[in-house]
Amino acid sequence: MSEGVVRVGEVTDFPPDPVIVAGLRSGDEEVFALLLDEWSRGMLRLARSYVSTAASAEEVVQDTWLAVIRAVGTFEGRSSLRTWVYRILVNTARRRGERESRTIPVSSVGGERPDGARPEGGPEGAALAGEVRALIEKVVGTLPSRQRAVITLRDMEGYGSDEVCEILSISPANQRVLLHRARAAVRDHLAAYYDGIGGP
Amino acid sequence: MNCDEFAELVTAFLDDALDSSSRPLFLDHLACCSACAGLYGGFTATITALGELPAPGLSPQTRSRLMTAFQKLRDEV
Ligand SMILES: [Zn+2]
Repeated sequence: MSEGVVRVGEVTDFPPDPVIVAGLRSGDEEVFALLLDEWSRGMLRLARSYVSTAASAEEVVQDTWLAVIRAVGTFEGRSSLRTWVYRILVNTARRRGERESRTIPVSSVGGERPDGARPEGGPEGAALAGEVRALIEKVVGTLPSRQRAVITLRDMEGYGSDEVCEILSISPANQRVLLHRARAAVRDHLAAYYDGIGGP
Repeated sequence: MNCDEFAELVTAFLDDALDSSSRPLFLDHLACCSACAGLYGGFTATITALGELPAPGLSPQTRSRLMTAFQKLRDEV
Protein backbone atom coordinates (compact mmCIF):
# COMPACT_ATOMS: atom_id res chain seq x y z
CA MET A 1 0.00 0.00 0.00
CA SER A 2 1.43 3.35 -0.97
CA GLU A 3 2.36 6.01 1.53
CA GLY A 4 -0.29 8.41 2.68
CA VAL A 5 -3.15 6.02 2.02
CA VAL A 6 -5.26 5.53 5.11
CA ARG A 7 -7.78 2.74 5.12
CA VAL A 8 -10.74 3.09 7.40
CA GLY A 9 -10.93 0.17 9.79
CA GLU A 10 -7.20 -0.16 10.29
CA VAL A 11 -7.17 2.19 13.22
CA THR A 12 -7.84 0.04 16.24
CA ASP A 13 -7.33 2.63 18.98
CA PHE A 14 -9.88 5.11 17.66
CA PRO A 15 -11.83 6.43 20.66
CA PRO A 16 -15.50 5.46 21.07
CA ASP A 17 -18.24 7.97 20.17
CA PRO A 18 -18.96 9.28 23.71
CA VAL A 19 -15.28 10.21 24.13
CA ILE A 20 -15.17 11.94 20.74
CA VAL A 21 -18.43 13.80 21.29
CA ALA A 22 -17.36 14.98 24.75
CA GLY A 23 -14.04 16.13 23.26
CA LEU A 24 -15.76 18.10 20.50
CA ARG A 25 -18.18 19.71 22.95
CA SER A 26 -15.38 20.76 25.29
CA GLY A 27 -13.26 22.13 22.43
CA ASP A 28 -10.49 19.53 22.56
CA GLU A 29 -8.35 20.33 19.51
CA GLU A 30 -6.61 16.96 19.48
CA VAL A 31 -9.94 15.19 19.19
CA PHE A 32 -11.08 17.42 16.34
CA ALA A 33 -7.76 16.99 14.52
CA LEU A 34 -8.02 13.22 14.88
CA LEU A 35 -11.51 13.22 13.36
CA LEU A 36 -10.47 15.54 10.54
CA ASP A 37 -7.54 13.33 9.61
CA GLU A 38 -9.45 10.09 9.98
CA TRP A 39 -12.68 10.88 8.12
CA SER A 40 -11.97 13.68 5.63
CA ARG A 41 -10.51 11.41 2.93
CA GLY A 42 -13.62 9.26 2.82
CA MET A 43 -15.82 12.35 2.98
CA LEU A 44 -14.01 13.92 0.03
CA ARG A 45 -14.52 10.78 -2.03
CA LEU A 46 -18.18 10.55 -1.13
CA ALA A 47 -18.77 14.26 -1.84
CA ARG A 48 -17.24 13.72 -5.27
CA SER A 49 -20.22 11.47 -6.11
CA TYR A 50 -22.46 14.53 -6.13
CA VAL A 51 -20.34 17.49 -7.23
CA SER A 52 -18.36 18.08 -10.39
CA THR A 53 -14.86 19.00 -9.22
CA ALA A 54 -12.38 18.11 -6.50
CA ALA A 55 -12.36 21.75 -5.36
CA SER A 56 -16.10 21.69 -4.98
CA ALA A 57 -15.89 18.45 -2.96
CA GLU A 58 -13.35 20.10 -0.67
CA GLU A 59 -15.77 22.94 0.01
CA VAL A 60 -18.54 20.47 0.74
CA VAL A 61 -16.33 18.72 3.28
CA GLN A 62 -15.35 22.05 4.82
CA ASP A 63 -19.00 23.15 5.13
CA THR A 64 -19.87 19.77 6.61
CA TRP A 65 -17.23 20.05 9.33
CA LEU A 66 -18.36 23.61 10.12
CA ALA A 67 -21.94 22.33 10.49
CA VAL A 68 -20.72 19.43 12.64
CA ILE A 69 -18.83 21.60 15.13
CA ARG A 70 -21.80 23.95 15.42
CA ALA A 71 -24.36 21.18 15.81
CA VAL A 72 -22.49 18.58 17.85
CA GLY A 73 -24.31 19.85 20.94
CA THR A 74 -27.54 18.49 19.44
CA PHE A 75 -26.11 15.06 18.54
CA GLU A 76 -28.28 12.53 20.34
CA GLY A 77 -26.48 9.31 19.55
CA ARG A 78 -29.38 7.70 17.71
CA SER A 79 -26.89 6.69 15.04
CA SER A 80 -23.11 6.47 15.25
CA LEU A 81 -21.30 9.80 15.10
CA ARG A 82 -19.74 8.80 11.78
CA THR A 83 -23.13 8.06 10.25
CA TRP A 84 -24.45 11.39 11.56
CA VAL A 85 -21.50 13.29 10.06
CA TYR A 86 -21.79 11.47 6.74
CA ARG A 87 -25.51 12.18 6.55
CA ILE A 88 -24.78 15.89 6.93
CA LEU A 89 -22.17 15.52 4.21
CA VAL A 90 -24.57 13.80 1.80
CA ASN A 91 -27.21 16.50 2.30
CA THR A 92 -24.66 19.26 1.79
CA ALA A 93 -23.18 17.62 -1.30
CA ARG A 94 -26.56 16.88 -2.88
CA ARG A 95 -27.72 20.46 -2.47
CA ARG A 96 -24.51 21.74 -4.00
CA GLY A 97 -24.66 19.19 -6.81
CA GLU A 98 -28.19 20.29 -7.68
CA ARG A 99 -27.10 23.93 -7.75
CA GLU A 100 -24.16 23.05 -9.97
CA SER A 101 -26.29 21.10 -12.41
CA ARG A 102 -28.43 24.21 -12.88
CA THR A 103 -25.52 26.60 -13.35
CA ILE A 104 -22.64 24.69 -14.93
CA PRO A 105 -22.84 23.76 -18.61
CA VAL A 106 -22.39 20.03 -19.04
CA SER A 107 -19.49 20.53 -21.44
CA SER A 108 -17.36 22.06 -18.66
CA VAL A 109 -17.81 19.02 -16.42
CA GLY A 110 -15.31 16.21 -16.69
CA GLY A 111 -12.01 16.33 -18.51
CA GLU A 112 -10.43 16.90 -15.14
CA ARG A 113 -7.72 14.43 -14.21
CA PRO A 114 -9.20 11.82 -11.85
CA ASP A 115 -8.27 12.48 -8.23
CA GLY A 116 -4.88 10.99 -7.42
CA ALA A 117 -4.39 9.54 -10.89
CA ARG A 118 -0.95 10.87 -11.63
CA PRO A 119 1.05 9.09 -14.26
CA GLU A 120 3.84 7.10 -12.68
CA GLY A 121 7.30 6.14 -13.79
CA GLY A 122 9.15 3.25 -12.24
CA PRO A 123 9.03 -0.44 -13.04
CA GLU A 124 6.57 -1.86 -15.55
CA GLY A 125 4.36 -3.39 -12.86
CA ALA A 126 3.91 -0.04 -11.17
CA ALA A 127 3.09 1.63 -14.49
CA LEU A 128 0.49 -1.05 -15.21
CA ALA A 129 -0.98 -0.69 -11.73
CA GLY A 130 -1.13 3.07 -12.27
CA GLU A 131 -2.93 2.55 -15.58
CA VAL A 132 -5.45 0.19 -14.02
CA ARG A 133 -6.00 2.62 -11.17
CA ALA A 134 -6.58 5.50 -13.56
CA LEU A 135 -9.03 3.37 -15.53
CA ILE A 136 -10.99 2.42 -12.41
CA GLU A 137 -11.13 6.04 -11.27
CA LYS A 138 -12.33 7.08 -14.71
CA VAL A 139 -15.13 4.49 -14.74
CA VAL A 140 -16.19 5.36 -11.19
CA GLY A 141 -16.27 9.00 -12.30
CA THR A 142 -18.83 8.21 -14.99
CA LEU A 143 -21.25 6.35 -12.72
CA PRO A 144 -24.61 7.90 -11.77
CA SER A 145 -24.20 9.58 -8.36
CA ARG A 146 -26.27 7.04 -6.42
CA GLN A 147 -24.16 4.15 -7.74
CA ARG A 148 -20.98 6.10 -7.19
CA ALA A 149 -21.91 6.91 -3.59
CA VAL A 150 -22.61 3.26 -2.79
CA ILE A 151 -19.48 1.82 -4.40
CA THR A 152 -17.39 4.56 -2.74
CA LEU A 153 -18.66 3.74 0.71
CA ARG A 154 -18.79 -0.04 0.35
CA ASP A 155 -15.72 -0.91 -1.71
CA MET A 156 -13.41 2.09 -1.49
CA GLU A 157 -14.06 2.93 2.17
CA GLY A 158 -15.03 -0.57 3.30
CA TYR A 159 -18.19 0.34 5.22
CA GLY A 160 -20.82 -2.31 5.95
CA SER A 161 -24.14 -2.39 4.12
CA ASP A 162 -26.19 -1.39 7.20
CA GLU A 163 -24.22 1.81 7.70
CA VAL A 164 -24.33 2.64 3.99
CA CYS A 165 -28.12 2.24 3.91
CA GLU A 166 -28.40 4.56 6.90
CA ILE A 167 -26.04 7.18 5.46
CA LEU A 168 -27.80 7.25 2.09
CA SER A 169 -31.36 6.60 3.35
CA ILE A 170 -31.90 3.65 1.01
CA SER A 171 -33.21 0.11 1.50
CA PRO A 172 -30.83 -2.87 1.63
CA ALA A 173 -32.26 -4.22 -1.62
CA ASN A 174 -31.81 -0.89 -3.41
CA GLN A 175 -28.30 -0.58 -2.05
CA ARG A 176 -27.41 -4.01 -3.39
CA VAL A 177 -28.76 -3.23 -6.85
CA LEU A 178 -26.79 0.05 -7.02
CA LEU A 179 -23.62 -1.64 -5.76
CA HIS A 180 -23.95 -4.52 -8.20
CA ARG A 181 -24.44 -2.23 -11.20
CA ALA A 182 -21.48 -0.10 -10.18
CA ARG A 183 -19.20 -3.10 -9.65
CA ALA A 184 -20.34 -4.65 -12.93
CA ALA A 185 -19.47 -1.44 -14.80
CA VAL A 186 -15.96 -1.36 -13.33
CA ARG A 187 -15.48 -5.10 -13.89
CA ASP A 188 -16.59 -4.83 -17.54
CA HIS A 189 -14.08 -2.06 -18.24
CA LEU A 190 -11.29 -3.94 -16.50
CA ALA A 191 -12.09 -7.11 -18.44
CA ALA A 192 -12.02 -5.18 -21.72
CA TYR A 193 -8.73 -3.57 -20.71
CA TYR A 194 -7.10 -6.90 -19.86
CA ASP A 195 -8.45 -8.45 -23.08
CA GLY A 196 -6.74 -5.65 -24.95
CA ILE A 197 -3.33 -6.22 -23.37
CA GLY A 198 -3.59 -10.02 -23.20
CA GLY A 199 -3.55 -10.42 -19.42
CA PRO A 200 -3.53 -10.96 -16.51
CA MET B 1 -29.44 -21.48 -12.47
CA ASN B 2 -28.22 -20.12 -15.80
CA CYS B 3 -25.31 -17.76 -16.47
CA ASP B 4 -27.43 -14.58 -16.60
CA GLU B 5 -29.05 -15.39 -13.27
CA PHE B 6 -25.66 -16.16 -11.78
CA ALA B 7 -24.23 -12.83 -12.95
CA GLU B 8 -27.08 -10.92 -11.27
CA LEU B 9 -26.51 -12.62 -7.90
CA VAL B 10 -22.76 -12.14 -7.37
CA THR B 11 -23.11 -9.13 -5.06
CA ALA B 12 -25.95 -10.73 -3.11
CA PHE B 13 -23.79 -13.82 -2.64
CA LEU B 14 -20.81 -11.78 -1.48
CA ASP B 15 -23.06 -9.95 1.02
CA ASP B 16 -24.31 -13.31 2.27
CA ALA B 17 -27.80 -12.18 1.28
CA LEU B 18 -28.86 -15.17 -0.85
CA ASP B 19 -31.75 -17.20 0.49
CA SER B 20 -31.16 -20.82 1.45
CA SER B 21 -32.59 -22.15 -1.82
CA SER B 22 -30.51 -19.94 -4.16
CA ARG B 23 -27.20 -20.29 -2.35
CA PRO B 24 -26.52 -23.97 -3.22
CA LEU B 25 -27.60 -23.34 -6.83
CA PHE B 26 -25.19 -20.41 -7.02
CA LEU B 27 -22.33 -22.50 -5.62
CA ASP B 28 -23.11 -25.42 -7.98
CA HIS B 29 -23.04 -23.09 -10.96
CA LEU B 30 -19.79 -21.48 -9.78
CA ALA B 31 -18.18 -24.93 -9.49
CA CYS B 32 -19.12 -26.18 -12.96
CA CYS B 33 -19.16 -23.08 -15.23
CA SER B 34 -15.73 -21.73 -16.04
CA ALA B 35 -17.11 -18.56 -17.67
CA CYS B 36 -18.98 -17.63 -14.50
CA ALA B 37 -16.01 -18.60 -12.33
CA GLY B 38 -14.05 -16.06 -14.39
CA LEU B 39 -16.78 -13.46 -13.93
CA TYR B 40 -16.83 -14.11 -10.20
CA GLY B 41 -13.05 -13.72 -10.02
CA GLY B 42 -13.40 -10.46 -11.94
CA PHE B 43 -15.81 -9.12 -9.33
CA THR B 44 -13.59 -10.02 -6.39
CA ALA B 45 -10.52 -8.58 -8.14
CA THR B 46 -12.49 -5.39 -8.85
CA ILE B 47 -13.49 -5.06 -5.20
CA THR B 48 -9.87 -5.55 -4.11
CA ALA B 49 -8.63 -2.95 -6.60
CA LEU B 50 -11.28 -0.45 -5.47
CA GLY B 51 -10.12 -0.88 -1.88
CA GLU B 52 -6.56 -0.05 -2.88
CA LEU B 53 -7.25 3.26 -4.63
CA PRO B 54 -5.38 6.17 -3.04
CA ALA B 55 -7.49 8.72 -1.18
CA PRO B 56 -6.22 12.30 -1.19
CA GLY B 57 -6.83 14.24 2.02
CA LEU B 58 -7.87 17.82 2.72
CA SER B 59 -5.52 20.55 1.58
CA PRO B 60 -3.40 22.01 4.42
CA GLN B 61 -5.20 25.35 3.94
CA THR B 62 -8.65 23.87 4.45
CA ARG B 63 -7.44 21.83 7.39
CA SER B 64 -5.96 24.82 9.17
CA ARG B 65 -9.04 26.94 8.38
CA LEU B 66 -11.17 24.28 10.07
CA MET B 67 -8.88 24.04 13.09
CA THR B 68 -9.10 27.82 13.47
CA ALA B 69 -12.90 27.74 13.18
CA PHE B 70 -13.01 25.05 15.86
CA GLN B 71 -10.82 27.09 18.25
CA LYS B 72 -12.88 30.22 17.63
CA LEU B 73 -16.13 28.46 18.36
CA ARG B 74 -14.71 27.07 21.60
CA ASP B 75 -13.50 30.49 22.69
CA GLU B 76 -16.94 31.99 22.07
CA VAL B 77 -18.62 29.46 24.36
ZN1 LIG C 1 -22.29 -19.71 -16.08
